[in-house]
This record gives sequence, C-alpha cells and structure tokens, in this order.
Amino acid sequence: MTETERHEYDVLVVGAGGAGLRAAIEARERGLRTAIICKSLFGKAHTVMAEGGCAAAMGNVAEKDSWQVHFRDTMRGGKFLNSWRMAELHAKEAPDRVWELEAWGALFDRTPDGRISQRNFGGHTYPRLAHVGDRTGLELLRTLQQRVVALQQADYFQTGDYEARLRVFAECTVTELLTDDDGAIAGAFGYWRESGRFVVFSAPAVVLATGGIGKSFKVTSNSWEYTGDGHALALRAGASLVDMEFVQFHPTGMVWPPSVKGILVTEGVRGDGGVLRNSDGDRFMFGYVPDVFKGQYAQTEDEADRWYDDQDNNRRTPDLLPRDEVARAINTEVKEGRGSPHGGVFLDIASRMPAEEIRRRLPSMYHQFKELADVDITAEPMEVGPTCHYVMGGIDVDPDTGQSGVPGLFAAGECAGGMHGSNRLGGNSLSDLLVFGRRAGLGAADYVAGLGRRPAWRSGDVDAAARMALAPFDAPSAGAPGENPYTLHAELQGVMNDLVGIIRTEAEMSVALERLGELRGRLRDVVVEGHRQYNPGWHLALDLRNMLMVSEAVASSALMRTESRGGHTRDDHPMLDPEWRHRVLVTRCDRDDPGGDPVVPRVTVEPEERVPMREDLLALFDLVELEKYYTAAELTAHPEGGAA
Amino acid sequence: MSYTGRFRVWRGHAGGGALADFEVEVNEGEVVLDVIHRLQATQAPDLAVRWNCKAGKCGSCSAEINGQPRLLCMTRMSVFTPDEVVTVTPMRTFPVIRDLVTDVSYNYAKAREIPSFTPPIDLAPGEFRMSQADVQRSQEFRKCIECFLCQDTCHVVRDHEENKAVFAGPRFLMRVAELEMHPLDVSDRVAGVQDQHGLGRCNITKCCTEVCPEGIKITDNALIPMKERVADQRYDPLVWLGRTISRRPR
Repeated sequence: MTETERHEYDVLVVGAGGAGLRAAIEARERGLRTAIICKSLFGKAHTVMAEGGCAAAMGNVAEKDSWQVHFRDTMRGGKFLNSWRMAELHAKEAPDRVWELEAWGALFDRTPDGRISQRNFGGHTYPRLAHVGDRTGLELLRTLQQRVVALQQADYFQTGDYEARLRVFAECTVTELLTDDDGAIAGAFGYWRESGRFVVFSAPAVVLATGGIGKSFKVTSNSWEYTGDGHALALRAGASLVDMEFVQFHPTGMVWPPSVKGILVTEGVRGDGGVLRNSDGDRFMFGYVPDVFKGQYAQTEDEADRWYDDQDNNRRTPDLLPRDEVARAINTEVKEGRGSPHGGVFLDIASRMPAEEIRRRLPSMYHQFKELADVDITAEPMEVGPTCHYVMGGIDVDPDTGQSGVPGLFAAGECAGGMHGSNRLGGNSLSDLLVFGRRAGLGAADYVAGLGRRPAWRSGDVDAAARMALAPFDAPSAGAPGENPYTLHAELQGVMNDLVGIIRTEAEMSVALERLGELRGRLRDVVVEGHRQYNPGWHLALDLRNMLMVSEAVASSALMRTESRGGHTRDDHPMLDPEWRHRVLVTRCDRDDPGGDPVVPRVTVEPEERVPMREDLLALFDLVELEKYYTAAELTAHPEGGAA
Repeated sequence: MSYTGRFRVWRGHAGGGALADFEVEVNEGEVVLDVIHRLQATQAPDLAVRWNCKAGKCGSCSAEINGQPRLLCMTRMSVFTPDEVVTVTPMRTFPVIRDLVTDVSYNYAKAREIPSFTPPIDLAPGEFRMSQADVQRSQEFRKCIECFLCQDTCHVVRDHEENKAVFAGPRFLMRVAELEMHPLDVSDRVAGVQDQHGLGRCNITKCCTEVCPEGIKITDNALIPMKERVADQRYDPLVWLGRTISRRPR
C-alpha cells in the first residue's frame, strides 16, 4: 500500500463557509498554523445563499437599538429555549464583527450619512440588518475569502510561501476525526474528491463549521453539501448534540418546476398583497386562525383586503400568520387533497395588482420565477410549499470558547447548537457565524497554547477509517442486491420529508425510525461503480452515513419532545409546555459499543436541564412576558419577584 | 410533459476522452443540471460534475453547452427543441480533471497576485464613512459569483496557455478595478494592472460581459475605465514630460 499523504497543523477548520473562515482567520492571526478543509471549491460555501442581511445592533438607523434589545428579540424568537449566554455574546459582539468586515473590504449599503445601512426584518424590534441588496451572504463570504488571501499574501512576503501558515484544502472531505486514548482530538482523516486519495491530518485542535443538515429532506433550500457532516463527526468522536428536533421550515418555498424545488419565496410577496389559495381557489388561511390569535386577524376577505391600505381600522390578513401556522395550514390543505398539481398551494399576486406594480415591488421575485421557472408571476400564480431551511440544533458547545465535550474539538455556525433555541430569527445566522466563528478560532488557539504535548491518535484508527471509506466499492454481502446510493438518498429524503417534516406525530415518527433502521441496513450493501477519481456516487455513499445518523438524531429527539415549540410542531401535542422550556434534548452515540453498527452508530437521546438564565439578563424582561414561558418556580430570581 | 432527450456529454480525464451519447428523460421545467443529475442517478453514477446552490448564486456548475459557456443550473431545457441534441463539455480554457470538472486553480493563483484592500492606516473599524453613490461602482463588481465563465471565454487565454502567466483574466482585472474604485482604498493600482496583470492584452471584445450570468458590465464598467486610467497616467503628454524631467540625473 502506498504511503498516505500526511499534514501537520495546529488547527484544522472543517468547512469554509462564514464560520469556518472566520475561525481560521482568528487562529492564523494568533500565530497558529491553520488548515481549512472544504468539500467544494474555496468561495462556494452555502453562506453565499443568505440574502437578507446580518443582524447587529449598531444603531446606525435606529439609535435606540442596543445589545439588550437584540438579546431580547433573539430569546423571544427562540421561545426562551436558547443558550442565553450565546445569545448575550452574540448580541454584544455582532457590531464589532460587522465593522471588522468593512475594514477587510466589505461594501455594505450605506445610510445617507455614510454609515452601514440597516433594514427591518421579522422579529427584530429595530432596523438592524447590515445588508448589500439581497446578496449579503455573498458579500460576507467573499470578504472573508479575501481576508484569507490577504493573510496568505502577508505570509508570502515574509516566507516566500503563500501557504506557510494558512492553507485551503479545497474539494477535500473529512470522513472521520482521530482521537487519542483519552478521547482528545489528534487529527482527521479524509479524501481528496478529485483523486479519491486519502489524506491524514495531525492536529491537536479541530473546529467544525460544516453547516446544516437540509439534504436529508426532499424539499430544502440547502445545497448538496448540507449532509450534517460536522454533526455526525462530532457524535462519532464522542461529543453530544443538542436541540436536534428543531428544524426551521419556511412556509413558502418554490415547489415547481423540479429544478427549483425548495428555493425560497420571500414573505414580502404576502406582505405586499399576495394571497394563498387552494385548488378550489379558496383563500384557505381564514379557516386556520388558531385560538391564541383569534381577534387579531381579519375574518373576511373584504376586511383583509382593506388592511393593506388602512391598517388602523382593519385587521391583517391571516396569510401573514406566523410561519409555523402558515406552514401547518399548507400542509393540511395538501394532505386533504386541495393542493396544487405539484404538491403545494397557490400563491397568487397576479390577480391582485397590475403587472407593472408587481414588477416594481417585487423585482427579485419576478426575476427569480421568470429566470428559473419560466413563470410570469404577473400573469399566473406561484406554487409554493414548506421547505427545509435551517437546523437550530447542533453540537453542544461552551458558549465562550466553542469547545465541545471532546478536548480539542470546537464548533461554530449552523453545526453548533443552542444559540437560536427553538427558532432562529432571520439575519441572526450571518452574525452568529461571525461571532462564534471568531470565538471558536480563539478557543482553539488558547487550547493549543495550553497543551503540553500533541495527542497521538489510537493505533488502527487510520486503517479503520480507510477501510470504512472504501467499503462502498466492495461487493455486497452474499445474496444481497447492491444498493444504489442515489436511490437510498431519495428514500431517506422521502422519509424525513413526509414523516419528520413540518408537522409531526408520534405514530409517523415511529414509522420514520423504523424506515431509517431499514435504510441503515441497506446502506451496508451500498455499491458504487467506477473508480475513486471524482466519483460523485462514492461521495454520496459516504455522505449518507452522516445523513442517516443525523436523521435518527432529529427523529428521536422530535419523538421525545411532547410539546410544540418554534421549529418543532407536534400535531398530537400542539401546545407550549413550560415544563419542557428548561429542558434540552441531548443526542450522543456510544462510539465503542462492541455490538454496535460501525457504519452508522446508534444514537441515544436524553433530556437535560438548561442552566438558568443569569439574573441581570432575566431582569431585562417583564415578568408578565416570562410567565407565558416559565414555570412559576423558575421566576423567583426575577427582581419583580415571581410567586414562588 | 416529458420526452426522451438526446445528450452528448464529454467523458474522460486529463489523458483524453470523448463525447458519450445518452438518451434520457427530460421533464417540463427542468434545467440542464437536472438532466445531468438524472444521468448520474440512472445511467452514469460516476459522471463528475461540480455544483452547489442550483440557483445561480455560487458559480460552481460552469461548463459549455453546445459550445457556449453557461451555468448548468441556469440553462433551461425549454430553450432547446425536444429533437435537438444537447452537447455538454467542460470549460475549454482549464485542464480537465474528469468529465465536466476542470482544474480552475489558475483563477485562485491569479487572485493571490492582486494586492488586497488597503484602507487608510488611521481609520479604525466602525469609522468608515462612504456614500452609497461612491460604493455602488465597486458593488457591481462584487456581485461576481466567481463562476470563471469570463475567464473561460476570454480569447487571450482560451487557446493560449502561454498567456496565462502574464494575464489575470477579466475576473481579476475587474477585481483590480473594484479596489481601484473603492472609496477608501489607498493603494495605487494603475501601474500594476497594466504591468503585472496584463490589462494591455485585453482588446475589449466584450465576450466576458456576454457570458456573465450576473449581468456585470465587465468591459464597459471595469476594463475600459482601467484602460483609461492607464492611458491617463502613461500617455498623457504632460505627465510624461513631468516624469521624464524628474527622472533626469541631477
């Protein structure tokens, strides 16, 4: 066997989206030799898809804004389940992270006095989102990419080598983390997508920044890279995940044509007068106003239509109910046979205003449908349905350092959990990845500085990882038919979409777990054709291990949480339950279970208590508001003195 | 509405390859990338193609369709008639790795050769003040999704490997323009764009602008203004005279 390619670094960053690049920049600036490993080309990460903006209480547009207001908005958005310490750090540090980008060359849209402009967004009390038109994520990622290049140029001038201290390993996939006998991080094992050759990294610290899990669902706004790699790598290395039941579904994604299934349709369409209709042409949302919102929404179409022009004397249309309500309603309409031809419902703005007006108010939506779907939204209705958008759950980390339960293993961005609680506010993910990307980079740097010796990986683990990676090329076990990875993936997406999607029930999730168990068995017989050079079938077969593991974490957590909160809606437990607010569900796997499945190790889920919020932070809220979420016993710490 | 479409897809590696014929289901509303994915799922599981967002935002799935540099995810099947053969080949300007995947490292090497944004030394983060009108010009260039289709189509390097060492290509000449037009960049980039990055080799045929999926006016708004600045600095008779005099040995 030929010698496997080896590299030695101080810090490995897995993932080159916003969080990964920000972490790498920090580690490199602290003087550490840093490698960035990413599945795609440098600069293609999913961060480029973010449109709206990056939330930071800079107060450029609304002077009254402050970190305290941002903190409150974030906790409310997450229905008070968030890691309050993360929400605090996030709100306090986001402005510095945005300003720093500007010093690295970012060009945000401006206010009239030349500062960074900020826009309104759902759930944010004040205009707070720094933005560049509707391509903020691209600006953010490109700026970080160019900062990495700037640091490489500095190294080049000093050493003659661009990659002396910071190197990007693009189109390289990490399949396993390596740990020493005590469980501390020692490195990582992966393969070059281009050649299929293996590569081993020795490093005492790893920062996971691999993003989300959306590719386990049929309808998603996420790219192929979102296969939950970081979540699964962390589990297999001995770290735990939290909040995996919380998956954000946006109610209006495109469902047709197939080429654009899942792409978001902005809420602005409804805000500007677009209405949802079923196949009978009925505006069905009037039948779905839940009791808690009774009286706040229009009861007739006439009143709803008057609201657009006169909001003082009319109530708003139920088309603008909160996202989970709208998504639930669409789901019911489709299930009961009143859906559109392609399994969604109709979003109609064409019959509501003149064509010219639509093009003026919704230029990007007009363009998106025209270009991608050949649909003229000024002439015909759009077909929309819920789309998997973001996972709130992720690797359980220390808020200040980003360190997981495994020494030397850090995480930031979407693959880390806790920050957003049960539901993320728009605009809070770009700021999240900057704040916690930097903190994870710092955490890793401090950890490495404090180490006496570099951990050495357990003997045999590299060979085991290589065998595991090559298994899909083996013939299936005797008598078994070879499984096609594309077929398995499609079936997994079907299971998660249909049974663990936007609306959940115990019965459906039990079936889902059974089906996932079957898929786990079939994955062992997966067979790929061809050789190792740039072979997408093989890549998918390996990614499926992670997708299956994460899907079991989502389904098991969702089955256990017997309430509805944020991104987790149980048809059989439709209410918020204060007894669940202070409990988080923690997913672990037993890595060394002798009888376990090495391909997709089994996960277990257990409830744990969330640390109670610090008193000064609790005091930022009115007691009346907290009483909607907290048990009475928890509120004795509040200065207004909740009844004990 | 489905039909059986005829596709010719280039398959091979650095050592060589050939067009392979496929008959494949095509459904209403699909783009070329959907059909490529169907080929992977049903007929050619190891067919190599890059892609990410599938929404024209990441610039990964660049290739040539019937000879035209295009994004696979933004080329709708409805632009072809059902009996038309659709030919998909890798970008010609870059070395093939496998099938539709090419080695685009040339672009990353060029990106490193451009001196980075240089703000004034005394300006702290948070103190930047720029007007919208002033940032707008560079913002247009920052819409670039780095699909490298402009690099692929540019005749300076398309069949001229020998020019790659001295020519940054439209994407990175535009990057220089972006920094030159940045209201707070203090670096002088005019000499470099001509001498190090090869702007003089561009003869403004606008091919780059034509293939840009973001609709950036690369030639008109970036390259020509940079050429004008070079001309102003290099060929203005007064500037020339001044420079010649100051260079005289005393």
